[in-house]
Amino acid sequence: MVQFTLNGAAVTLDIPPDTSLLHALRGPAGLSGPRFGCGTEGCGACMVLVEGVPAYACTLAASACAGKSVTTVEGLGTPDAPHPLQAAVLAEQAGQCGYCLSGILVSAAALLAKTPDPDEVAIRAALDPHLCRCGSHNRIVRAVRRAAREMAA
Amino acid sequence: MSAPDRGEPEARSETRPHLPSSGFTNVTGGPPPGAPKLPGSLNANRRLSQWLAFHADGRVTITPGKVEIGQGILTTLSQIAAEELDVALSRVTARAAVAPEAPDEGVTSGSLSTQDSGSAMRHACAAARGIFLQVVAQRTGIPVEDITVDDGIFHGPAGPIGSYWALADAALLDCEAPAEARVKPAAARRIAGTSVPRLDLPDKVFGAARYVHDLRLPGMLHARVVRPPSRGAALTALREGPLPGEARVVRGGSFLAVLAATEWDAETAAARLAARAEWAERDTLPEQAGLPDWLREAAMRGERSEVAARGTPPATVSRRLKRQFHRPYLAHASIGTSCAVARWQGEALEVWSHSQGPYNLRADLAKALRIPDARVTVRHMEGAGCYGHNGADDVALDAALAARAVPGTPVRLLWSRAEELGWAPFSPAMLVEIEADTDAQGRLLSWRSHIISNGHSSRPGRAPEPTLLAASMLAEPFPVKPSINPPMAGGGGAPRNGVPLYAIPHLAIETTRLLEMPIRTSALRGLGATLNVWSIESVMDELAEAAGEDPLAYRLRHLEDPRAIAVLERAAELANWAGRSKREGWGMGLGMARYKNSGAWAAVVAEIEARERIFCRRLWVAGDVGETVNPDGAANQYEGGAIHGASVALLEQVRFDRRRVTSDNWDAYPILRFSEVPEVTTSLIDRPDQPFLGAGEAAMAPTIAAIAGGIHDALGLRPRALPFTPETLAAGI
Ligand code: FES
Ligand code: FES
Repeated sequence: MVQFTLNGAAVTLDIPPDTSLLHALRGPAGLSGPRFGCGTEGCGACMVLVEGVPAYACTLAASACAGKSVTTVEGLGTPDAPHPLQAAVLAEQAGQCGYCLSGILVSAAALLAKTPDPDEVAIRAALDPHLCRCGSHNRIVRAVRRAAREMAA
Repeated sequence: MSAPDRGEPEARSETRPHLPSSGFTNVTGGPPPGAPKLPGSLNANRRLSQWLAFHADGRVTITPGKVEIGQGILTTLSQIAAEELDVALSRVTARAAVAPEAPDEGVTSGSLSTQDSGSAMRHACAAARGIFLQVVAQRTGIPVEDITVDDGIFHGPAGPIGSYWALADAALLDCEAPAEARVKPAAARRIAGTSVPRLDLPDKVFGAARYVHDLRLPGMLHARVVRPPSRGAALTALREGPLPGEARVVRGGSFLAVLAATEWDAETAAARLAARAEWAERDTLPEQAGLPDWLREAAMRGERSEVAARGTPPATVSRRLKRQFHRPYLAHASIGTSCAVARWQGEALEVWSHSQGPYNLRADLAKALRIPDARVTVRHMEGAGCYGHNGADDVALDAALAARAVPGTPVRLLWSRAEELGWAPFSPAMLVEIEADTDAQGRLLSWRSHIISNGHSSRPGRAPEPTLLAASMLAEPFPVKPSINPPMAGGGGAPRNGVPLYAIPHLAIETTRLLEMPIRTSALRGLGATLNVWSIESVMDELAEAAGEDPLAYRLRHLEDPRAIAVLERAAELANWAGRSKREGWGMGLGMARYKNSGAWAAVVAEIEARERIFCRRLWVAGDVGETVNPDGAANQYEGGAIHGASVALLEQVRFDRRRVTSDNWDAYPILRFSEVPEVTTSLIDRPDQPFLGAGEAAMAPTIAAIAGGIHDALGLRPRALPFTPETLAAGI
């Protein structure tokens, strides 16, 4: 049994203790936002926030999150109440296949929480753990800047 | 946007001795003799009800055979449908293709979706509108010319007189599309030609369960494959032992997989099983360090053919330039790994797949499983970005083989990153030799080249034997045949874009397709163009330099195609090419091509910085895709293609030893990251009255050429081999 707070709600998952957080989230927790890309901290598709800090869910044991707060892209916002970053990605049309976006959005959210007005270099550095094969990078960077502006307004 | 799909040719096998039983119907089947020619894929899929349906609740569904691979095709087709039907875009839903229900549009590839599917959808919807108006006119006595359509409601002079929705159940579309349909003129379009937001993007931004990876069926099991340690290895023994979570083993020949209730158990079990398996291994791969030599040598045993020939050799030549260019094998490197869900019910198989060609996959699954096509249903679901023939089809057979052990139970099989980067088909290594002759004024007189490569297509559904990975590992294995090249009429494979667009009196272009294939090869964005465009543009740069001319001016004086001239001039203007200044360690270069010599145009200026390695800092991209259905979507495709090109130019190369591909993780196969991605400025020349051309593949190859030109500008050396790393730049070929 592992207990933690997932997107603001308490969850208890009946899983082998060494199960990765990614498998726990996509399996018994029933989420689809965190994505599998490599399993070795190489792509960032699985990125979630643990206590507000980006973490690779693919290599983190779910049991290491016991008692902590985990946020996935589903916890950022919803179609009715989107996070400014989600709204900005839509406004900039910052994606093609979109597979990379779940991880990128949570990393960007952590960045903006810490640095409300990051410059381009800081945004790119924060997103460097994330791969995007479709070449949506520049639009994504624009979306982060747009979200930062919206959040400051 | 215009046909922004990517990957490969709508190719037909050149070597196919007879037609396979299916999977080819739209390509080789076609209309009954004497039937009028209809636009795009409508010609072979002529029933209107195959393409669209109206519903009493005020919705329209369209059912194209082309699939979403990250390129935005469903948005484009929805725009076209809404436009021609005169309904709001929000009423239109595009359904994912299902084989055998959807129109068979072959493979979503070759930047042909908007051409094939868009023109069919436009005609089908215009025809549907016409049929409904006829019926309403008959019923009301109001002449068709006096009826207008506003968001699906028909209006006569005195007010509303009906709607698509009221007639939805009348089976009016149960007929063949008429040859005549009143398609809207360009000036009347309001939805097509505008940058409507992508319809699929919201799901992806909120983490919704949209990919095949997210499909969860009741009772579904998870499966993983235990791959051989090397290529061609045979499974000789498997030691018994406990597995976690009641996992069960599926073994047939050298195909080994494991099934479990959870992903975690499946992965743990696969790792344990791998440690208990014994394989007979042998060397099957060439020396990577001597790849160009291997290509040359294998070419002597290959199949040499003429690609293009014109004119006669010049009598006198002032300057002759002879150059060679090489590129390594390239990987698709999608961010997601391949995935499929399969379920057997009795003798029938149902598969959920992110394949580019549901019908083609269906045909190969049937062949590999030795069952009739009619027993197989393939349902498309989206995957991570697709840039050509990747592992999507292979994993579907893996899932079907694993699921056969548990009839009635759905099985989801996911590839690991090592499988994705190590076992999916690769884009082949290539070598091209060019000889160019000029007169005393530097004008091109003759161009001769020889393009050496494995074939660029081993797509499923096109040959008598299945080409799916596991088909060669079964207890009764199928042979692996060397890949083929689509014919030049379809854009060609290895020689794609190998014929210069420049005005040259004498041309002799040849290609050799290798008949041995140590590493399985198939289509990846651009196919041979990624080498051919750069090699042509590099020779052009060198000839310009020899003639003492600016690379832009030199190209322009060899161009007659006004649209090629227009994109080159646009890119040069965006980048302020004429006003560029020289900075220590920095350089600018340019590249131009018309994709497949029949598709979209792209010209690119690159600015690079040479430090401990080469960085591409800026790209200016000009394009022409004819009519743009979704301008922002098309620009997005050009940007993505340019960044893909920069990544291939600077970083990418499949590595292997004599037995296995070793670049099977992101450290060993790096792609460009956020901090390395160049700034991209894109400008598309809209030509609303010209046919749509695909946007997905046009920018990639010219970007590579432009970066190479920039490297010469900065360092004074001309790259001869991809990728442009310090090692290859130092080594030449
Ligand atoms: S899946 Fe975790 S970093 Fe790639
Ligand atoms: S949008 Fe496809 S990987 Fe980023």
